[in-house]
Formats: sequence, C-alpha cells, structure tokens
Amino acid sequence: MTRFRVEGKGRVEHAEPVNFTFDGRTYTGLRGDTVASALLANGVHLIGRSFKYHRPRGTVTAGSEEPNALISTSRGKGRYEPNTRATVQELREGLVAESQNRWPSLNFDIGAVNDKAYMLFSAGFYYKTFMWPKSFWNKVYEPIIRAAAGLGVSPGEEDPDRYSSRYLHTDILVIGAGPAGIAAAKSAAQSGARVTLVDENREIGGALLSDPRVKIDDIGAWDWLSAQLVELEELGVRLMMHTTAIGYYHQNMVGLCEKLTDHLDELPEGAPRERLWRVRAGQVVLAQGALEKPLVFDGNDRPGVMLAGSAQTYLNRYGVRVGDEAVVVTSHDSAWYGAFDLADAGTEITAIVDTRDTPRADLAREAERRGIRLFAGHTVTGTAGRLRVKSVRVNPVRDGRVGAAVTVRCDCLLMCGGWTPSLHLFSHTKGSLKWDESQNAYLPDHRSEACHIAGAGRGLWSFEAALNDGDVAGRAAAEAAGFEISDHARFAVAQDRPGTGVTHKELPTDRDAGKARAFIDFQNDVTAKDIRLAVREGMRSIEHVKRYTTNGMATDQGKMSNINGLMIAADALGEAPPRVGLTTFRPPYTPTTFGAFAGYHRGATFELTRRTTIDSWAEEHGAVFEPVAQWRRAWYFPKVGESMDAAVLRECTATRNSVGIFDASTLGKIEVAGPDAAEFMNRMYTNPWTKLAPGRTRYGLLLGEDGFIRDDGVIGRITDDLFHVTTTTGGAARVLNMMEDYLQTEWPDLTVWLTSMTEHWAVVALNGPNARKVLEPLVEGLDISHDAFPHMSVADCKVSGLPARLFRLSFTGELGFEINVPARHGPTLWKALMEAGAAHDICPYGTEAMHVLRAEKGYIIVGQDTDGTVTPEDAGLNWAIGKKKPDFVGKRSLARPDLVMPGRKQLVGLITENGAKLEEGAQIVLDPNQPKPMKMVGHVTSSYRSAALGHPIAMALIEGGRDLMGDIVHVPLPGVTHRARITDTNFYDPEGARLQV
Amino acid sequence: MLLIHCPYCEETLPEAEFAYAGEAHIDRPADPSALSDEEWRDYLFIRSNVKGPHFERWRHVHGCARFFNAVRDTVSDKFMTTYKAGDPRPDLTAEEAAQ
Repeated sequence: MTRFRVEGKGRVEHAEPVNFTFDGRTYTGLRGDTVASALLANGVHLIGRSFKYHRPRGTVTAGSEEPNALISTSRGKGRYEPNTRATVQELREGLVAESQNRWPSLNFDIGAVNDKAYMLFSAGFYYKTFMWPKSFWNKVYEPIIRAAAGLGVSPGEEDPDRYSSRYLHTDILVIGAGPAGIAAAKSAAQSGARVTLVDENREIGGALLSDPRVKIDDIGAWDWLSAQLVELEELGVRLMMHTTAIGYYHQNMVGLCEKLTDHLDELPEGAPRERLWRVRAGQVVLAQGALEKPLVFDGNDRPGVMLAGSAQTYLNRYGVRVGDEAVVVTSHDSAWYGAFDLADAGTEITAIVDTRDTPRADLAREAERRGIRLFAGHTVTGTAGRLRVKSVRVNPVRDGRVGAAVTVRCDCLLMCGGWTPSLHLFSHTKGSLKWDESQNAYLPDHRSEACHIAGAGRGLWSFEAALNDGDVAGRAAAEAAGFEISDHARFAVAQDRPGTGVTHKELPTDRDAGKARAFIDFQNDVTAKDIRLAVREGMRSIEHVKRYTTNGMATDQGKMSNINGLMIAADALGEAPPRVGLTTFRPPYTPTTFGAFAGYHRGATFELTRRTTIDSWAEEHGAVFEPVAQWRRAWYFPKVGESMDAAVLRECTATRNSVGIFDASTLGKIEVAGPDAAEFMNRMYTNPWTKLAPGRTRYGLLLGEDGFIRDDGVIGRITDDLFHVTTTTGGAARVLNMMEDYLQTEWPDLTVWLTSMTEHWAVVALNGPNARKVLEPLVEGLDISHDAFPHMSVADCKVSGLPARLFRLSFTGELGFEINVPARHGPTLWKALMEAGAAHDICPYGTEAMHVLRAEKGYIIVGQDTDGTVTPEDAGLNWAIGKKKPDFVGKRSLARPDLVMPGRKQLVGLITENGAKLEEGAQIVLDPNQPKPMKMVGHVTSSYRSAALGHPIAMALIEGGRDLMGDIVHVPLPGVTHRARITDTNFYDPEGARLQV
Repeated sequence: MLLIHCPYCEETLPEAEFAYAGEAHIDRPADPSALSDEEWRDYLFIRSNVKGPHFERWRHVHGCARFFNAVRDTVSDKFMTTYKAGDPRPDLTAEEAAQ
C-alpha cells in the first residue's frame, strides 16, 4: 500500500499491483492507474522541468490537457516516445518513464539559472536579445538556441511498430462518452441509426467517474455506468475507447486516433500500435465537456499546485489523495465539492480561499461542518517551497484593495478558475463562438457543419442538465439524419453538484505585480506580465499577442491558458474580451504520432513502385535502379567491382561499337484514334501531321498554351485514323490529361478516342551498328533493310514469333529499333534478343548510358534541358514547328513580345578547356573577375563523360547562346573556375550518317 | 476531404477521385492569331480570384475521367453545385439562399 492510496477507493484494481520505473527508480502502482496517478500515490508531484525557466513542475491536471507532466516512455528498442502525457499514459508492467528537460537531474537542474534571470527572458526576448552582432547569428546564437529549444529528445531509432488506417461510415458520431455523450448515443441509437461513440479514456463515464456519489434515476453513478455499457451494446452502438477525435474536417469527416497497445503489458504479435480512422458521419454530436482553468497568481506553478477538479479525479477515480494538507483557492463552486471529498477521505483541508465575497450558503455550511477555515473575498498572492509547495500567502480584498497577508501551511494547493467549454473540434469547422456574459465563457454560436453540441460544451454545469441535453442532442441528430425519434427520456439526478463562478484576470496582489511569476501557459512558461508587456510593446491583435509571447503555442494548444490569456490581454488593451477575440484552434486536438498519420505509407509502401515486365531480369542481372516518376528503372548494369562511371562508359562504348539493348517500356504511350485523329494531332502538337504517311513516324513537340515546351516524343502513324504517340516517362499522365482536356472541353466536335497504352506495350530498344544483324533473323512479315524500312518507319510484324509493332528510330544517334510487344511478352522478347545478340556481344544498358548517348547527339530531355520557360526557338527546335498551320496549342504565345525578345536563354553545347566535367546546375558567367554578385547568364543542364568523344560534354541554357558560338564562358565552382567553349549541341556524328545504314 | 458530386456519374464521391482544373467558362479563342498581345495575355493568365462563389473546372480523373464544372465558395470551401461541361452558368439564387 502506497502512502497516499485510499484503500478500496477509485476504479483501480487494488489487488493488482503494476511495477514501473521513473528516472530509474522502481515504483508500484495499480492496474487502472495512469503514470501520474501512480506517482501521486507514491507522493511524487515533481515530474519535470519547465521549458524556458527550468522551474520544477508537477502534475497539474488529470487529463489530456496536461501541460507539465510530460515524460518520455520506452519499451525496448525503437519503442521510445518523448513528451507523453503522464496523465494519459496508462500504467503497464515494466513501463520505463523518464523526466525531461533537466540536467543533470530532476532535483538539481543547471538550466534553472534561467529562472533567476527571468527578467531577460520576457516576451519577445528572442527578437530583442539575439539581434547583434549579426555575425553571431549562425555560429553562436542559433546553435545555443537550437540546443536549448524543444522538450524531450527525438527518437533516434526506427519505429518497429505498425500503424494502420481505416475508413468508417456512420449515421451519427458522438464524441465524448461522458453523461451527455452517453445520453446522446442512446437516444440516437433508439431511433435505429448507426451510432458510433468515441472517447479518449479507457472507459466511459467522463466526469461521472470522478463523482461516484451522484445518483441517476436512483442508481449510483457507477452502477448506472455499468448498466449503460450493457444498454449501449444492446442498442448496437459502436463504442471506441482509447480513441481521440483529433480533427473535424469538411462535410462531417472526423479523424480519430485509436491507441491499441500503449496500455498493454505485452505487445500482441503483429498488432498495430495505433489506428487512424477517417470517419464520415451523417451527423456529429460533440459532447466533449469542459476543461478547468487555473487561477493566475505568483507561484501558481509549484509542484503540489494543481487543479481542484483534477485532485477530485485522483481521489475518486484512482483512489489517490494528492496530499495531506490542502488549501483550496477558487472562483467557482465546483472546487468546494472536491475539497469536501478530500476532507472525507482524510486529507486536511487547511483552508478554502474563495475570491468571491459571498460563497453559496449551503457550501459554506458544509465547510463549517467539516471544520474547514474559510477565506471569502480573499486572494492568493504567492506560494513558497522549492520542489513542492509548502505554504501559501492569503490576503483579503476589500473594494479592490489588497490587505495584509497571512501564511497558510499546505503540501498541495488546489485551484479552480472556472471551466472552459471544450470546443476545439467545433472550432476546426470554423463554427463561430459567442461570448456569454453570464458564464464568462465562449459558447458555440453558428454551426458550419451538421453537428450538435451537448452538455458542458455549451455551458451546462450539472449532471442532470448534461444528461437531458445529451438526450435532446441525440434525438435531434437522429431526426436530422432521417430517423424516427422516440420520446424524450427524463433523467433525474440526486446529489447533483451544480455550480457557478466568476472569471478573473490575474489575481490582485499586495506585491510588485511586475515581479510576480504568475503563469498562464505552463508549458511555454508564459506569465501574465508577458501578456501585458506584449500589449505595451504594441501588439493589438490577440493573434500577435499569442505569437509574441508564445501563449497557447505549446503542444497543449492553450487548453488551460487560452481564456486566462484573453482576459489579461483584454484588460491590458482596455477592451471587452469578445472584442479581443480568441485565437484559432487547429487540428490535431492532442499531439498525434507521425506513425498514425503515415499509416501504411512507409518503407516499400510509402509510394507505389511501377515496374516493367523486364524489371525482374534487370534485378537478376545486378542492375542498379533509379526512380523515374513512379517507375523504378535500371540505371546501369555494373559488373562485379565495377564503378558507376566505368559501367556507364562500357555500356556506351558497346552500344556505339556493336549493339546495346535497353528497356524503354516506361515511355508514355497514347493511342489517338478516330476519323479526326490527324486534325486533333495538328491542333495539339507543333508539327504538321496531315501529310505524314501511314508507316512513317515523326518527332513530335508539345507546347503549353503559353508557348513553352511541355513534352516530346516520336509519333507513328499506323493508319490514316490511328496515331501511336509516345511521351516522356514522367509526362505520360500529364499529356493524356491535357489531350483529354482539349478534346472534351474545347473541341468536342472532333471524333477522336484517346487510350493510354503505356502498360499495354513492353518496349525494347536495340541500338548500334549491329542492331539490324541481331534483329533481322527474328522478324517475320517485314523487310527491315535500310531501303525497305528506312529511319523513322513503323510497321506491325512478328518478332521472335510475338505480335509486334516495330519502330525504326534512334535516341542514341546509332541505327536503332524499338520493338513493342504486348507487355506480358516483354521478358520473352528480351531474352530472345539477348540470345540473338550474343554473337555481337550485345550489352544491356541503363538510363544513365541512355542519357549520355542522347546528350552526345544533343537530343533534349524535357524537364532536364528545359524547365517550363523554354520555347522551341530557345531549344533550337524551330524545325519541328509546322509553319503553315493556322493554329496549334501554344502557337499564338510564340509571338508574344517576351518570347521573341533577343537575349533569351538558348540551349548550346559546352566543352571545358581543361577537360573537367561540369556540375549540372552550375551557373555560368561571362566575366569571372566582375564584382559579386556576378551577372549569371545561364546554367548547365546536362553534363557527362563521353567515351565516344574522349572528353566530357555539357549542355547549357545561356542568354543569347547561339550568337556566342566559339566564345569562352566561365563556370565558377567552389575552389575552381572552369573555362568552357560554347559549341553546337550535336557533338557526335553531326551529319547523322550513322542513322542511315 | 471534400465530397464532390460528379454530374456524369450522378454520384457523390471522395475528393481523392477528382482533380482540380482551373477556372471555368474561359473559352479558348476560335482564332488566337486575331487577338492582340493584351487580349491573349488576359486569356492565358488573368483569372477572377473571387472571394465567394467560384466557377471552376474539375475532372473525375479516377472515375469516368470527364471534365465538369462546379461552383465552390472559396470562403467556406463548400461546393454549391456541379454541372456538365458546356452547360451555362447555373443560377445561384437558390444555393445562395440556402447558405
């Protein structure tokens, strides 16, 4: 039995101890505990150090709004998580927990010197302190700030857990399984609707779990909850516990994060750790309750100072007294009930300090009956105690004047500044909030989604009111979802605990308010003074105050601090709170793991990988792959011990000297068919197509309407009304989309059908002087001699017995064929060609050799040598434009003033004088001795070593480049400036003789 | 994730099936060569960028693959209506009244 555990009390299993460690020391808690409740049962309040001032901090809440009690948890390799809320993490056997943000130890932390120097760390201190000298920025300030910033330590190992994701469709989603949510789910389900009820806790009940003495319809609260569990199941309600609604999106889509294993002693084999649900709900009922506010006074952050309602929760739900001697300070009736429960459980309530002059008479009588000293109309002006609160200063307030202090001894101080309706999810939908003068709270106003808010979320404070309101909301949701509704259930609650209160800015003090350490945002260490300073320094908008002070910007998103910050900012601005307004809440409601968002999208399933049918051959033969769009393509085929450079040079040489074989299956392929196919091609592509005879092919150039190059590829005319269009690998989907766009919306009068054939055909390119010798014996039904089947021809035939569409074309400058066969025959064709080519030392080559071979010929790659601002003229491709055509996509733009302006960047060749290979992307200058910043006239787009030429080559876009043929330009790189001569881009066989064999 | 009604499939389906395709009702000029540089610039680049109901094109790219038009309120990000390509701009009075 631990010191502060109350025998038999709470919903924990007193017979089931659970061992865990905190900062290396072993503790014992009970099944059903959270880490926080187990530590409190052992008398441990101090649990961490604060972010900025490294002040000792203790658990302050009992829920997911906790700002202080952040720990790191681990359970073996890779299963480490920082910034876990100790108030949420359920105890499991062997759990390893560590405190954070302290060095060398939690009790003695060097960083606490920041606390003594707090005057330096006021609002906006980053902006003020680290400005000068400028040279200190990169080397001094930033490393120090980065080292000091952030809570916890990022995991350093790969997460071995799996995360899953699912969709769910439901008629009605009820968020929050407290009294309002339970009542709503029941009444909605009684109508026959499919109802889903979610709650972040391990069991239903919400605030009822902390108030066992309440009686609903003459049944004790906890018995009533047991009965509800049965009823909900009978009604078919889908109940999801450990499930947090993290975001509320358009059209009633709600994101849920379900935690599946963090609370289990043993990890089930293969079970996902978390599951992300995307729920589409017909109607949503928000029954998220309310969050208690702290009071703002000097020293309100010491370990032992906590929310009164949370102390009540620890007592009634976990059977833990949070101390032996408690002082309660409150501006709301609710804290009185907690004080009575604690007093009845054996904690001495030394005093109740109520800021209101006249507490409710029945409460005062109850306090008197228990012998509790009452300070009505008093304030709290300070606390003492280093690692745990040991006393509190209490002062009378009369007519706004603060009188003399008395010091009251305590080992815990329970505060309550009223309650804030939890409307975060409602705010995600841009639902508007309205300030309620009587409650000093924001309540839901205009809804933008099909949702209903019930219970404390709209300011109803008693159990009876919440239950009946939940029932109404459930029925309203069912009716709106089209179901027939039953009669209103009437809940009667005995020993209910209704209450009211007032909302304060910081409490008045008899001391220098400028020196008060009165915290608003505990996690980001923002004090009342910081807010006032921000306003004095000119911040007027609450959004600016928030960013300047970082109030509400911590991982708790200001769940505790928001309204207190607003009250103080409004006071400093001399405005009413509703005129100042709230900052925006954004998803997620509570911190959510990256794993949950990533789900299945990690490792091999991060993105789909497209593979050609020949891919497995390449893999078996040792290819190194590179990603190209979504494809993985064979990059080069190294022999054992061979470097990439050596492999690529070997592949290039083999192709130029004999024959190379290349998997070109990833090329985009689109069939353009129909009586108007030629007219459609004329309008889409720059080239003329009318006179292209069936059986012939042409290089096609596609522009955007803005005149810039979008794509290119060889296009064959198969018959009068059928074109076989090829596109770049990455551009296939884009080109088809563009074609469909024009066809469907601009020229619906054309009779044309477009079909993607990319995955229908496997394509093998055969290039080199011996290409025909390899291919010819395999071809049936076609004479492929040079005269009968000249360069730029296409025909259907059989190759190696397979139905084939054969192109004679070249992307290497050598005699070339591209053999298309139905995709399933790709490997058969490839192997047949490898076999037939063996006599000619046929060499498989990858995309890198393909790039080199095409660059030696000056063939561009769209997206590498062009960048979306390159016209046909810039790229030297004006020959591909059908000058006589009245119109094609992009034609008009080619006459725009900027596109005909002299001095545009043009594609040229570059050869370095010193034989160095330039870096792709390197900038080019005309005069290397000019002062910086230099005038950059262009950049290198492609650069390779060339086996055929014996020296590296490059292509570059250079302003007015074609007028500078033969000139020297300069390429400054770190440590060296290369001289390079501007040349034509066609480096190899410029006459094209090797194509005509 | 939005739900979008495809006027061809006559089904309301998740946004992931659709692709945005720019402002609607901008016809490609019949004879671009007859346009001045300024008129052609306006056709290419000048868009209404409205706050409120925006007429725009979408494509049901992972469905029927048809382009269609929609009216979406750029403030609330809600679709007011969708209609087939080539249909005239719908009268929004009823939709606006509903909002």
